Amino acid sequence: MPQRNADDISRASPPVKVLRLLGRPALRALNAMGSVTLFMLDGLRHIFTTRRILGRTVRQIYVIGYQSLFVILLIGLFCGMVLGLQGYYTLVRFGSVGMLGSAVSLTMIRELGPVLTAIMLTGRAGSSMTAEIGVMRITDQIDALDVMDINSVAYLVSPRIVAALLSFPMLTAIFDVTGIFGGYLTGVCMLDINEGAYLYRIVSSVTMTDVAGGFLKALVFGLLVTTVCCHQGYKAHLRRDSVGPEAVGSATTSAVVISCVLILAADYVLTSILL
Amino acid sequence: MQAWDISFSKLKAGYGSHVVLTDVTAALPAGAVSVILGGSGCGKSTLLRQIIGLSKPLSGEVRVAGRDICTLPPAEFRRVRRRMGVLFQDGALLGALTLAQNVALPLTEHLNLPAEAVRAEAVRILGMVGLSDFADFYPNELSGGMRKRAGLARAIIAQPRILLCDEPTSGLDPITAARMDDLLLSMHRRFPEMTIVSVSHDLASLNRIADYVLVLRDGACVFAGTQDALRASDDPYLVRFLNRDGAGDDAAAGECAAPAVQASLDRWFAS
Repeated sequence: MPQRNADDISRASPPVKVLRLLGRPALRALNAMGSVTLFMLDGLRHIFTTRRILGRTVRQIYVIGYQSLFVILLIGLFCGMVLGLQGYYTLVRFGSVGMLGSAVSLTMIRELGPVLTAIMLTGRAGSSMTAEIGVMRITDQIDALDVMDINSVAYLVSPRIVAALLSFPMLTAIFDVTGIFGGYLTGVCMLDINEGAYLYRIVSSVTMTDVAGGFLKALVFGLLVTTVCCHQGYKAHLRRDSVGPEAVGSATTSAVVISCVLILAADYVLTSILL
Repeated sequence: MQAWDISFSKLKAGYGSHVVLTDVTAALPAGAVSVILGGSGCGKSTLLRQIIGLSKPLSGEVRVAGRDICTLPPAEFRRVRRRMGVLFQDGALLGALTLAQNVALPLTEHLNLPAEAVRAEAVRILGMVGLSDFADFYPNELSGGMRKRAGLARAIIAQPRILLCDEPTSGLDPITAARMDDLLLSMHRRFPEMTIVSVSHDLASLNRIADYVLVLRDGACVFAGTQDALRASDDPYLVRFLNRDGAGDDAAAGECAAPAVQASLDRWFAS
């Protein structure tokens, strides 16, 4: 069959050739998107139909949330410090250093907080989700669950989705606060900006809409990252580029790359809607 | 309780465009220990996956207790599969759970029993396979044979009517392999209404446990019958298989490496 397709393409006229060459990857991409979407809907559906989901969710909150806390604190702090430094030297040219509090807090809450938290969690927790589920797939553990009449999506994916939907916004909030504190350290403690001005600008410029928008982004990113990472692991045995343990490695790489691209794309779409 | 039989009719199965089973028509009797025998890559595990319903056939039928499982509605199919226990090749135990939690998993997930009762049942079943002292161990802390025995415990805890074992003795030393066979036989004595199907290429295991034998070759069934009928068969392939006769393959094994490869290897050994 592939040989016949190759012959058909070689005999076709140039525009048809181009259409066919574009059509195949487009269909493959559509197929992949459909598969991920159905997987996500299946995972969401089972949140409400699965018994004993609480215990597994608490364990996943520990893995995704608690174990990522230190790295989020660290990245948030340095991110805020860099933002404070860059903001100060930009604002000082216009004589508006008093606006540093607004600049740091709005940037953190609206953009950097949700995006960087999601990217950090993809690297730390998402990759481990893919690897764990991928290993379970290639060692027949997922088949074993299905044979025991335990829905493997409900058992493995739904608790992770709930855990991500709870952990991503909480970690984003922690990232935001740490980042604003980092800006405070740079601006107030190192560059002698008035402390009252820094804090007043934060209170006066940040609205509830900004905070809600940041949380909304965190929720969407959490759902995207978990779905993509679990899907890549769950389907690791169907990969065409590799088999066995190598397929788990490839799936993990793909999961991180796809998640990061989706985070940035979704960020653009959400920002367009929220602004 | 009536035992369940398994039958295949013109079964064709594979993965994508790769056909592994070309035409299998056979029946595995109810309440017997059947061994599916055949060389590596002949489609034994594929046939097992068809019985479990983990793969759909390309054509043909797989009947369990007279019902074609490929055409059953999903809810009915799940009801049938619920009565199957499967021992996977390496046990397929969940690495994050202890042995007791692994064995108890079907009960934990499907029944509303107190945790203590579930654990007690898991430990009792682990005792049947000689692992009650290891209830709180994790799978990675056990040997291959112990993992298989734990996998067997998990497969039988929900009282299956069909027990399917994928290469239960592969990778085990002869004594542990014989223990595994004895375990299957003791299961059969204890639950005579349970149909046991074991996929294997282990002749010693065949001799020890098989009531009925199904031999696969190149994706087709070349023999189905009792052990005595198998030994009486004059089919050249079966004779060679039973006598472990690899005649004709020694010429290839005796061939030398290409001179360039041999010279490089020699240089490497000398370095």
